[in-house]
Amino acid sequence: MTTPGPAQQQRAAPEPSSQAKRGRRRRGAGRDGDPVVPEVSFSSYYGRPVVKASPWAADIPAYLFLGGVAAGSSLLGAGADLTDRPTLRRTSRIGALAAVTLSFVALVHDLGRPARFVNMMRVAKLTSPMSVGTWILTMYGPGAGLAGAAELSGLMPRPVRSLIEALARPAGIAAATVAPALASYTAVLLADTATPAWHDAHRELPFVFAGSAAAAAAGLGLIGATTADAGPARRMAVLGALGELAAERRMESSMGLSAETMHMATAGRLMRASRTLTVAGAAGAALVAARSRVGAALSGVALLAGSACTRFAIFEAGQASARDPKYTVVPQRERLDRRP
Amino acid sequence: MGSQLSGPDPHVAKNSGWHEPPPRKGFFTDTSICIGCKACEVACKEWNGIPDDGFNLLGSSYDNTGALGASTWRHVAFIEQPRRLGEQELAFEGMPLGPPASDALNEAGDAALSGDRSLLGTDNTKVQLGMPSFNLPGAASGLETRTDFRWLMSSDVCKHCTHAACLDVCPTGSLMRTEFGTVVVQDDICNGCGYCVPACPFGVIDRRIGDRDTVKNVGIAQKCTLCYDRIGAGQTPACAQACPTQSIQFGDVDELRVRAQERVETLHANGVSDARLYGENPHDGIGGAGAMFLLLDEPEVYGLPPDPIVTTHDLPVMWKQAGLAALSLLAGAAAAFVGRSR
Repeated sequence: MTTPGPAQQQRAAPEPSSQAKRGRRRRGAGRDGDPVVPEVSFSSYYGRPVVKASPWAADIPAYLFLGGVAAGSSLLGAGADLTDRPTLRRTSRIGALAAVTLSFVALVHDLGRPARFVNMMRVAKLTSPMSVGTWILTMYGPGAGLAGAAELSGLMPRPVRSLIEALARPAGIAAATVAPALASYTAVLLADTATPAWHDAHRELPFVFAGSAAAAAAGLGLIGATTADAGPARRMAVLGALGELAAERRMESSMGLSAETMHMATAGRLMRASRTLTVAGAAGAALVAARSRVGAALSGVALLAGSACTRFAIFEAGQASARDPKYTVVPQRERLDRRP
Repeated sequence: MGSQLSGPDPHVAKNSGWHEPPPRKGFFTDTSICIGCKACEVACKEWNGIPDDGFNLLGSSYDNTGALGASTWRHVAFIEQPRRLGEQELAFEGMPLGPPASDALNEAGDAALSGDRSLLGTDNTKVQLGMPSFNLPGAASGLETRTDFRWLMSSDVCKHCTHAACLDVCPTGSLMRTEFGTVVVQDDICNGCGYCVPACPFGVIDRRIGDRDTVKNVGIAQKCTLCYDRIGAGQTPACAQACPTQSIQFGDVDELRVRAQERVETLHANGVSDARLYGENPHDGIGGAGAMFLLLDEPEVYGLPPDPIVTTHDLPVMWKQAGLAALSLLAGAAAAFVGRSR
C-alpha cells in the first residue's frame, strides 16, 4: 500500500496546524504549558458519518431512566414489605408501577409501527438485548403491577381487594427478583451496537446503570417515606451514587477516544449536571435526610434528576459519537495499523 | 452461541436452519472499472419501488445521493484526488494550459457597462485584457499549475455480513437469513424498533421516514435485499444487471472471492499498487462479507469502516458484565436493609 499525501484526505476535523501525515496521528495534550490538543487526522468521505446514529428520540433515554426507577423501587418495596416499613413500601411499589407503565408507553411510542409492538413476542433471542429486555419486562411487569395495585386497593371492590392484598407480597418479591436484570440489561441494549461511545463502554456501563437505578429509586423513597422508614433508602442512595460515580470514572478511562463525547456539547452538560446532582443528593441523604423531611425530599429530587441526567448524557454521547466519523475511523485505523 | 458470533462460517444459511441451501450468493464490486454512471442506483430504485430520498445538490463531486439508507440501497461514491491512477498516462499531458480569457472579457464588459470604455480598446490608451502576455495562447502555458488528478467511483451496498449485527439484534425476527445466505427485512413483521440502525457497523440500514399515506414501508427498517425476489427466480439483481462495465458482479460468494483475488493480483501486476480487497476475508471482524469490494484507496476514503468488528462479538462479555452488575445491585439493596435498623 502506498501512503497517500495529506492533500487528498478529506477531514471532518479542522486541519492541524502542521500537515500531519498518515500514521503520525498525535493525541493527548501537549506537554508543559501547551494546552493545544492536536486534532486527530484521518480520512473520511466528505466528513460524513460511517455508522448511523440510532433513530431513537427522548423515549429511549426516558425509558432507561424509568426502567431503573422501577427496578430499584421494586427492590426497595420488597425489602420494606419484609421489614415492615409501610411508607417506604407504599412509595416504592406505587413508584415502580408508575415507572414501568410509563416505560412501556415510551417503548411503544418509539416504535416506527407502534401497532406491531406484539411482534416483539414472536421470538426470544439471546443475541438481541431488546428481545431479552422484552421478556424481562414481561416477567417483571405483572409482579410490579400487582404489588403496586395492592397499595391502591382502597379504590377496589372488596373481593378483588382481598385477593390482591394476599398476592402483594409474593408478587412484589417476584418483581424484585427480576428487577436487577431490568436495571442492568439496558446497558447491554446500548452497548450492543456499532455506536462508538456505547460499545466502548460495554464493560462498565451495566454498573453505571445499576448504580443509577439504585440512586434514583432511593431518591423516590426519600421523597415519599417518613424519616423513620427511609433508613434503607438513605443507605441505598449513598451506595448507588458511589457505585455509579466509581463505575463512570472507570468507564471513561477505558473507553478510549469516544470518551471525549461525554465531555462535549449536550452530553457534557448533562454529565456535569448528573455528577453535581448525584453527589449533592447522596450527601443530602447521608447527612440531612435522617433529620429533616424537607432535606430528604430535596435529596431525593436531586438523586432522581441526577439519574435522569446520566441516562440522557450517555444517550447523547452515543449519538454524537456516531455522527462524527472520527470515533469510528480512528480507533479502527489504529487497530489495523497495530496488527502485523 | 460463541462460535456463531464471530469467525468464518462457511455454512451460514445451513446454520440458520435451511436444509440443503443453494450456494451463498453475493456481489463483487470492482471499483477500478466503475464509471460512476449510477445505473445501479436507478435500477435498484426502479426494481424495488424505492421512494425518492430528496433531490439535493450535496457539493460532493457527482455524489448527490449522500449515503446508503432506507431509500438508498446502492450509493455511488465519488472522490476527487490530486493523484494518478496507478501508472496511468495522461492523454493531454503535454498540452498547454492557461487561464481562460473569459474572466478578462467579463471584466472588460462589466467596466464598459459602468461607463469606463477604456478596457474595451475603443480609445487610444493601451488595452489590457489581463492576458499573461501578447504571445500566442499557451506559449507561457501554466503547465506548472497543473496537478495530477484521479476520480474514484465506487458503488456501495449492504455487505450481507456472515455475522450480521442487524439480524442478531432484531427483536422481532423480521431480519432473517435467506437460503442464499443474504440478510433480508421482512416488511410485514418489522415494527420499526430501530435497533438494527445503530447496530450495523457500516451504517447501511435505516428506518424509512416520510408520509405514511403516500410512501410505502414508512417507519420500518429497509435495506438491500440482494434482490431476493429476482435471485429466487434465477435472475441477476437489478444493479448488477444494469451495470454497463461489470463493475458490479453477482454470483456465488466462493467464486467471487477467487475472482476478486485474481483481479487484485492483475492490477498489482499492472502497477496499480493501491488496489486492495475489502470484505473478502472470512477471518475479518464480520466473518467476511457477502458483498465484497476492490478499492483503490483506504476504506475510510470511501466512507467505509477500515476494520469493522460486529458488535455481537463482545456480547458474551456484555451479558457477563450485566449479570455481575445485577448481582451487585441485589447485594447493595440487601445491604441497605441490614445494617442499622431504621
